[in-house]
Amino acid sequence: MLAYIVRRLFLMLVTLFGISVIIFVLLRIVPGNIVDILFDAAGYVDPADKANLQKELGLSDPIVVQYLKWIGGLLHGDLGYSYVSEKPALQEILPRIPITARLAGLALLFSASIGIPLGVLSAVHQGTRLDYALRVVSLSGLSLPSFWLGLLILMASVSMLGWMPIFNPNPRTWAEAFAIYCIPAMAVGFRSAALTMRITRSSMLEILRQDYIRTARAKGASEASVNYHHALKNAVLPVITVIGIEAAFLIGGLIVTETVFNIPGIARFLVEALRWRDYPIVQNLVMFIAVVVVVVNFTVDMLYAAIDPRIRFGD
Amino acid sequence: MRSVRALAVAALCWLSAYDVSLAEGPKSGGVLRMYHRDSPGSASIHEGASYSFNVPLMPIFNNLVIFNQHVAQNSVDTIVPELAESWAWSDDKKKLTFKLRNGVKWHDGKPFTSADVKCTFDLLMGKSQQKFRQNPRKSWYDQVNDVTTNGDYEASFNLKRPQPALLSLLASGYTPIYPCHVSPAEMRTKPIGTGPFKFVEFKANESIKLTKNPDYFKKGLPYLDGIEFTIVTNRSTAILGFVSGKFDMTFPTEVSIPLLKDVKSQAPNAICVVEPSNVATNIIINSSAPPFDNLDIRRALALALDRKAFISILFEGQADVGGTMQPAPAGLWAMPKEMLETIPGYGPDVNANREQARKLMQKAGYGPDKHLQIKVSTRNIPIYRDPAIILIDQLKTIYIDAELDVVDTAQWFPKVARKDYSLGLNLTGNAVDEPDQSFYENYSCESERNYTNYCNREIEKLFDQQSAETDPEKRKKLVWEIDKKLQEDVARPIILHSRTGTCWQPYVKNVTVMSNSSYNGYRYEDVWMDK
Repeated sequence: MLAYIVRRLFLMLVTLFGISVIIFVLLRIVPGNIVDILFDAAGYVDPADKANLQKELGLSDPIVVQYLKWIGGLLHGDLGYSYVSEKPALQEILPRIPITARLAGLALLFSASIGIPLGVLSAVHQGTRLDYALRVVSLSGLSLPSFWLGLLILMASVSMLGWMPIFNPNPRTWAEAFAIYCIPAMAVGFRSAALTMRITRSSMLEILRQDYIRTARAKGASEASVNYHHALKNAVLPVITVIGIEAAFLIGGLIVTETVFNIPGIARFLVEALRWRDYPIVQNLVMFIAVVVVVVNFTVDMLYAAIDPRIRFGD
Repeated sequence: MRSVRALAVAALCWLSAYDVSLAEGPKSGGVLRMYHRDSPGSASIHEGASYSFNVPLMPIFNNLVIFNQHVAQNSVDTIVPELAESWAWSDDKKKLTFKLRNGVKWHDGKPFTSADVKCTFDLLMGKSQQKFRQNPRKSWYDQVNDVTTNGDYEASFNLKRPQPALLSLLASGYTPIYPCHVSPAEMRTKPIGTGPFKFVEFKANESIKLTKNPDYFKKGLPYLDGIEFTIVTNRSTAILGFVSGKFDMTFPTEVSIPLLKDVKSQAPNAICVVEPSNVATNIIINSSAPPFDNLDIRRALALALDRKAFISILFEGQADVGGTMQPAPAGLWAMPKEMLETIPGYGPDVNANREQARKLMQKAGYGPDKHLQIKVSTRNIPIYRDPAIILIDQLKTIYIDAELDVVDTAQWFPKVARKDYSLGLNLTGNAVDEPDQSFYENYSCESERNYTNYCNREIEKLFDQQSAETDPEKRKKLVWEIDKKLQEDVARPIILHSRTGTCWQPYVKNVTVMSNSSYNGYRYEDVWMDK
């Protein structure tokens, strides 16, 4: 087990190194940099001024030197300065992480707390009206774009309550604080819950047909015990995988929800930084997201062993 | 009879209530909440090339002179002193001298003097040690030799030749005075001004906050305690925010005509104003490369346009046809209608125009069996994309099969500056309704913003001639002549001049939306809220 963990940690570092190179090179392949954007949009370019700014921002250095400067800084906790705001990149990125983390966490909580029980219910009542109804709900969750759902929620809030749950850094009431995170989390978590529900259902259906479930029933175990104690415990592994993938996706993939609900999280910030070719922000944010994805994957793998004692890594 | 009497009594009550509210006068207090359409690149107006800078930052500053903030049509007659107390032209019109206000303080307490005026314009003209990171309006001051001071309270602009337009350029929201003692870099992050509001913070993609300047040199102003701009990039969310009362005002001139209907139906009490924005939707043609190096094809293109169709589809009829200069009545320099209609493609008979266009295309070797294949490049945002699609449809009528080439916003201007396009659909905004700004910027041979490569030395001489002309009537006639020639040369065919809406809640008072510029009306020093 220890050897496996060490090997995985080493692989994580190799993966992160690979990602850092890919991000860095890809960013520089995309045409135009911040200097082009600033100068060309403004017109009246003085080539000397343009060259000065390129030099000032370190963009005239060879690409390898630029990469080494970035990685060197990163290892020392120096993320550089945002080209646009001219503030330290860390100062720009840090306050946005808890906002997105809170939103993603709540969305996952919503997804798991709704998706798993409904998936079990649907599987246990397979072929009934309840099952059909739940499958329709899950299909809608998968097919409704979250930005559309978000806008619908906003419109409904405005027309019914005369109020809208868009971000406010200083909520006045507890209810407002709850709403500005929970409503967007529900909008984005609906799709995730639908996915979780479908995976739970199909996994449960497979488990419920196993011999040991029949044996448990024959031994007189209650339906609840069979479903939740014997079946769900074994059906939950693929669900954990999906939740892990969703967690990773939610950290960087909340752009639409953050835009619709005007939440100043990292996804929206990343897109805006990309628009300006603000390399220090984009590089560091993508690295952050990569770290989260790698760590979540690692945690999910570790959870497998914890949940299913039959799984032994490195054996 | 009884009902008439009741009506009269009601009218009297209403009138007396109205009198009372007027008599009460403006109220102080309250923070004006407005959404902002995007995050400006910095907090420095001089380094910005979009009115996304002017709206939130103009309240921080003062100019030497400014267009009267409560007269919708900006003109030289509506210019009023601000940091200057008065101004005077020399007899040869080559020197413009400003007497400056005494006792004005920067937000950090330091005194404002003529040195600040000199510093600002030295920076703008690229003459100082310190430099702006970008300087988009350097060419506005091409005719200024230097700025000299005479004591602490007098500054003069010494010109190479007379340029009556200079005063209008100085009155623009784009021309605030910056402090000498604050570096351009600091001005990008923590701007210091003399204006009615002080800068508090700018969180990129989140908000911009301003607070009242208690030491503002205009006693009793501003009325508001502050202004908060929440950056909301999604237009639907922003409009819903306004409708729900989360915002007191929409971002100025940002509500499209179709959206305006939604606002009025959901917030019937909101006050909405539709004004021309001095933004022209136009076609940029790369005339240095085939096929548009052929004048016949360029002329055919101009003849194919059905401008009324664009206006009715995109603006429900609420936009204007014109040349380079903004159409009348809001525009000051527009050609008379009779003159405009003599330009090929502007005549009312679209079918006849297109018949002529087809003949020109046939002359160039194209016809029903051989269509010209091109790409129409445009920026990937609706206000650009939508007219581009209509343009593609209209080009089909003259044997041109065009494909839409949408370009990422960040790449749009670099692409057109590189002339890496054949035909493009572009929007051109004018900060000041002033021929000097429009002609030199968009049509002079050396201008970087002359995206079309159009170059006509004869017409450039006319640019200079009109620029130096001090008789307004003579200058106007010259401007008409130039504008007509530009359209005939198909330099940059103008499709339409848009109109847009601005809305505010009924308790917001004293807002004036400018009718010939979207860049100049945001000082907000005497806006107040009856709340």
